[in-house]
Amino acid sequence: MAKVLVFTEITSDNVKSVTYEILGKLAGNDVDVAAVGQVPAGAVAELAKFGAANIHSLKGDNLDKYSPEGYANALKEFIGNGGYDYVFAGSTSLAKDLFPRLSGMFDAGMASEVTNFTMDGGTFAGTRPLFAGKCLAKVEIEGPKPHFVTVRPNALGMPTSENAAAGSAADASVSAGEIRAAIKEIIKGASEKLDLTEANIIVSGGRAMKEAANFKILDELADTIGATVGASRAAVDSGYAPHSMQVGQTGKTVAPSLYIACGISGAIQHLAGMRTSKCIVAINTDPDAPIFTKADYGIVGDLFQIVPILTEEFKKIM
Amino acid sequence: MNIFVCIKQVPDTETKITPNGDGTFIETTSIKWIMNPYDEFAVEQALLTKQANSGSTVTVVRVGGVKDTEALRTALAMGADEAILVESDDNLDSFMTAKALKGAIEKSGKSADVIFTGKQAIDDDCLQVPQLLAGMLNIPSVSVVVGCEEAGGTYTLKREVEGGALEVYEVTAPVLIACNKGLNTPRYASLPGIMKAKRKPLAQHSLADVGVTNEDRRVKYSNFQLPPEKPAGKKFDAMDEAAQAGIVAEVVGLLRNEAKVI
Ligand SMILES: Cc1cc2nc3c(=O)[nH]c(=O)nc-3n(C[C@H](O)[C@H](O)[C@H](O)COP(=O)(O)OP(=O)(O)OC[C@H]3O[C@@H](n4cnc5c(N)ncnc54)[C@H](O)[C@@H]3O)c2cc1C
Repeated sequence: MAKVLVFTEITSDNVKSVTYEILGKLAGNDVDVAAVGQVPAGAVAELAKFGAANIHSLKGDNLDKYSPEGYANALKEFIGNGGYDYVFAGSTSLAKDLFPRLSGMFDAGMASEVTNFTMDGGTFAGTRPLFAGKCLAKVEIEGPKPHFVTVRPNALGMPTSENAAAGSAADASVSAGEIRAAIKEIIKGASEKLDLTEANIIVSGGRAMKEAANFKILDELADTIGATVGASRAAVDSGYAPHSMQVGQTGKTVAPSLYIACGISGAIQHLAGMRTSKCIVAINTDPDAPIFTKADYGIVGDLFQIVPILTEEFKKIM
Repeated sequence: MNIFVCIKQVPDTETKITPNGDGTFIETTSIKWIMNPYDEFAVEQALLTKQANSGSTVTVVRVGGVKDTEALRTALAMGADEAILVESDDNLDSFMTAKALKGAIEKSGKSADVIFTGKQAIDDDCLQVPQLLAGMLNIPSVSVVVGCEEAGGTYTLKREVEGGALEVYEVTAPVLIACNKGLNTPRYASLPGIMKAKRKPLAQHSLADVGVTNEDRRVKYSNFQLPPEKPAGKKFDAMDEAAQAGIVAEVVGLLRNEAKVI
């Protein structure tokens, strides 16, 4: 049994769902949760249901906005005092930036973006995709503790059973220390939808979309099934979509349960970003497009005809 | 201004990857290596920063195998002034790599005003080295940077986060900046640039020279294997307009009842 801290982020009063995925896998260990700021009562109850013993709201000056140094300083102190063996988080933008710095402050090792893991006898062993998912390897961490781990959202799946723990809520005061790189301003993104890396359903368009305005038909499909819209690099390079929407080796790595590829050929660099999707649907006019070798359901057809019909058909059942 | 850029050589994105005999890494003998794509943005931003600050030098640093110094030569040909290679195996972990980069920068005798890196290496996809290096040097860092403006040693940096939102940071040098696609358009190496690169200094150190030992390993990999192949899926011909509605209805039914994802 290991003493584990799961770091989480609170966004619009919700805990990111990857936190629950991680808690599900940690059953049998002594698990606490911490977030910077106030963990709302509803979230405390939910976290307790899935095995969190103590739920800490970390509070201090200069922590209202994220900063790599401020958050790292605050967590260093808290984790050190808590005597944790492992510290986990979902591999969000924030944790990807924060955890390496924090692990270095402990002279400790870190495994990034694992897609599965075990905690046999309190010792971590994970699975990581490498070389853009062309290879999988077992990853273990050596050297001083605590060991740090980030987990790819949607990869583990939600826990199927509850594992109630004490769920005591506590405030902890922490110190941000010196912050040299500070946020001056946040420019909102175009999309109010879930980020690609967290989305459970993704509809992506490729070069075949022909122009930015045509993404409207993908937006309509996405709205019907609660999906986020993505794009291939060819679509991004042609100016049909911003780079933040790119899926693939030099875009985002995604792991939704459903990925619908519309007019995407399935180049190796695109597959690199979406091959771990649980179910892949491909719509392409070319029956020999490589994407069909990865698709669970392939539709050989013109996306401009098929996508609107698909939207209508989904409307009937949603 | 002392500008440093850290670059990595990675297998070409088209390369077929095969696990090695004992599953501890991949076969590296017949691989075509390229400069990590994100590092190209880092080199370009370093050169732009040099152009805007006369009297600056750009030093490229790489930790990796010695057989092939291609990526360093490319950076020199693009316009970097000097290069440092820390000779090592290709399967160091992030902690060792960051420590080696720190050692190499310190050994150069110059203190870095700014360090540019790619946001991530596309081979191990760890996204750790930039932040680890900044932490070890005790300087601030900003990662996934898509906008970089500098004036009098103060940088305004745009960092991309979820949903395409941008966090705008202001930070005074020294700083480490981890670059993302979209930051700039990397230049090509010119022919004269390639000729000149051959005469530019390239220092070479061993891991021991820069203070890294096997004790510094923090992450152990084993069991390298190819991901399981998916069983063949179902394919429907819907080129004929008359058949489309029926086929789409069937697929939606399968998504609900067979795949259970809707
Ligand atoms: C270093 C490097 C990194 C890269 N990183 C990425 C990355 O991150 N992400 C990425 O996606 N790519 C990446 N690429 C590019 C990749 O190699 C491909 O060029 C790209 O994925 C192709 O995009 P596409 O499938 O949209 O376009 P295309 O390959 O042009 O395919 C378009 C497809 O649409 C089909 N089509 C045409 N009209 C219709 C229609 N009306 N209805 C239905 N189907 C239609 C065609 O049959 C074709 O299969 C990278 C390349 C390199 C070298």
